[in-house]
Amino acid sequence: MSSAVVVDQMTLAYGDRVIQRELSFAVETGQICVIVGGSGCGKSTLLRHMLGLAEPTHGSVSFEGQNFTHADQQQRMAMRLQWGVTFQQGGLISAMSLAENLSLPLELYTDLNARQRAELIELKLALVGLAGYQNYYPSEISGGMRKRAALARALMLDPKFLFFDEPSAGLDPISSRRLDELIASLAASLGATVIMVTHELDSIFAIANHAVYLDNVSKTLLDAGPPAYLRDHSDHAVVREFFSRGGQRSSASKETLNA
Amino acid sequence: MGSDAHLVFRDGKLLVTLSGDWSIHAPNPSVHDILLTQTYQTADIHCLDVNSEGIGQWDSSLVNFIKQLSDRHPNAELRHTLPNGIVALLDLACAVPPIVSTSPAEASWLSNLVTWVSPFSRSEQVGLGVMQFMAFIGELVIAAAKALVGQARMRMTDLLQFCYQTGPNALPIISLSSVLVGVILGYLGAVQLQQFGAGIYVANLVTVGVLREMGALMTAIIIAGRTGAAYAAQLGTMQVNEEVDAIEILGISAMEFLILPRVIAVLIMVPLLTLYADILGIIGGGIVAGGLGISPLQYWTQLQESLMMSHVVVGLLKGLLFGLLIGIAGCRAGMQATRNSEGVGRATTNAVVTALIYLVVADAAINIVCQWLEI
Repeated sequence: MSSAVVVDQMTLAYGDRVIQRELSFAVETGQICVIVGGSGCGKSTLLRHMLGLAEPTHGSVSFEGQNFTHADQQQRMAMRLQWGVTFQQGGLISAMSLAENLSLPLELYTDLNARQRAELIELKLALVGLAGYQNYYPSEISGGMRKRAALARALMLDPKFLFFDEPSAGLDPISSRRLDELIASLAASLGATVIMVTHELDSIFAIANHAVYLDNVSKTLLDAGPPAYLRDHSDHAVVREFFSRGGQRSSASKETLNA
Repeated sequence: MGSDAHLVFRDGKLLVTLSGDWSIHAPNPSVHDILLTQTYQTADIHCLDVNSEGIGQWDSSLVNFIKQLSDRHPNAELRHTLPNGIVALLDLACAVPPIVSTSPAEASWLSNLVTWVSPFSRSEQVGLGVMQFMAFIGELVIAAAKALVGQARMRMTDLLQFCYQTGPNALPIISLSSVLVGVILGYLGAVQLQQFGAGIYVANLVTVGVLREMGALMTAIIIAGRTGAAYAAQLGTMQVNEEVDAIEILGISAMEFLILPRVIAVLIMVPLLTLYADILGIIGGGIVAGGLGISPLQYWTQLQESLMMSHVVVGLLKGLLFGLLIGIAGCRAGMQATRNSEGVGRATTNAVVTALIYLVVADAAINIVCQWLEI
């Protein structure tokens, strides 16, 4: 396996306030990597910096060997075409119907005609279990459906990289589990590398094969590796405790998922 | 029974005897006050022996008392006969150590005041604000240029929708305010002019006043409060809902997709509404004139004498500029909104206040320029 994503010595700060310093880790192609840590440790901030929505004060992130942080706007845009991103709130444009939201990347970056676009939208909505919801507006569907619709939009250009910011936050356990299953199966079928910010242990043990733990006291990366390994063998008690708090429940959920 | 705490220092031990009912709704012993009367050194204490057999009802006040006591003797071992509930709450309260702040030490109010009034600090802030404003204008100009050559990623449906919201939807309130402004100007002039037997010149006053000044200004004030605030709230909410981030990740310029259609909509609709307000304002003045015994024909004839194309053009140019300023103020405030509900509220207020300041300054500037140019 080769490294699909490499974060190198990245320091995140808002003004003089350092959020995390000198973060370095790599995610292999096809892996589902979760960024975890206590509340306020900078998980979402790290994701925003990786996506170029904020600039790190030091260090960089590379995708498939290409440095994204130091790339110009055109290069960044070319790299972003390989991404699918869903935000904590979904990020669907509220003034547009689901079909219009999903159509946007196709209109911008493909030469497909209206009929072909409509067919693809129908397919992607069906993939996330929202067949027939084309003409609904984000405000007319539930929170879980909005997250799935955002996932459908993220999938429109068949991305190589999928980014999720707290995908199951605010969802009931059943919706949350279904979304986990969906992410895992879509990532597997697309061969995509997934980077996900979450602190839902059930989700972590159900779908992730790599985890990065950010500490909000030392303000740096404390440990990285497979979640089960970190739970049982991490050198840091706080990491073991984080992953073991929901260990039994989580193992059960994985069994359910695999069944 | 009231709460009580009795502390005795003996051989490196602090014996604490608690009794009575502890409630946050009643006065309780304070660790701070009790320790003020003690003569021992906290470093000499190696054991806190808490006897709680005499306590009745308890709540957070007791937990707080014990935690305060424990915090003030960090090296002392805690021995107790406390109920399990209190022990569990103490464990929870002590589970996460207080965060060690890495941010710079908090400045005193005096140094804050000095910084705030310091000319350099103020000028730095103003300079930064001006730079950000210029950057916004620059981006807007580039987006507008792209729109002119058909390369801007702007949806025509959005533009039409914003035009509809800004224009036709505002007609009722514009109608009401314009007629009333005409009436006010009419009465104001009539009272003075009648003293000289020149009541007929009410038509001149209303026509010039409405066309050059009040039509555009009143329309702009209403649109600033209505549409400018709405733009700030819409864009601020989009920031909160991460819609702006999503748009950026899709490779779409927020300036082209979100701001440009809004600014163009006000740019088109404010001059049109100004024209509409002018007509209704003159009609309002006509109503007053009718009350003064001036016939509609006389009013119309007198009105035509003072009706010059330059008045109409100046009014419409003001409308155009005011529209641009309202759009800029509203959109800029929305895009700068912080990502919470308070931020959206503040953005909305900023949009209206900033737009009103822009309007007054721009209006004064245009009037001075017109005076110089003798228009």
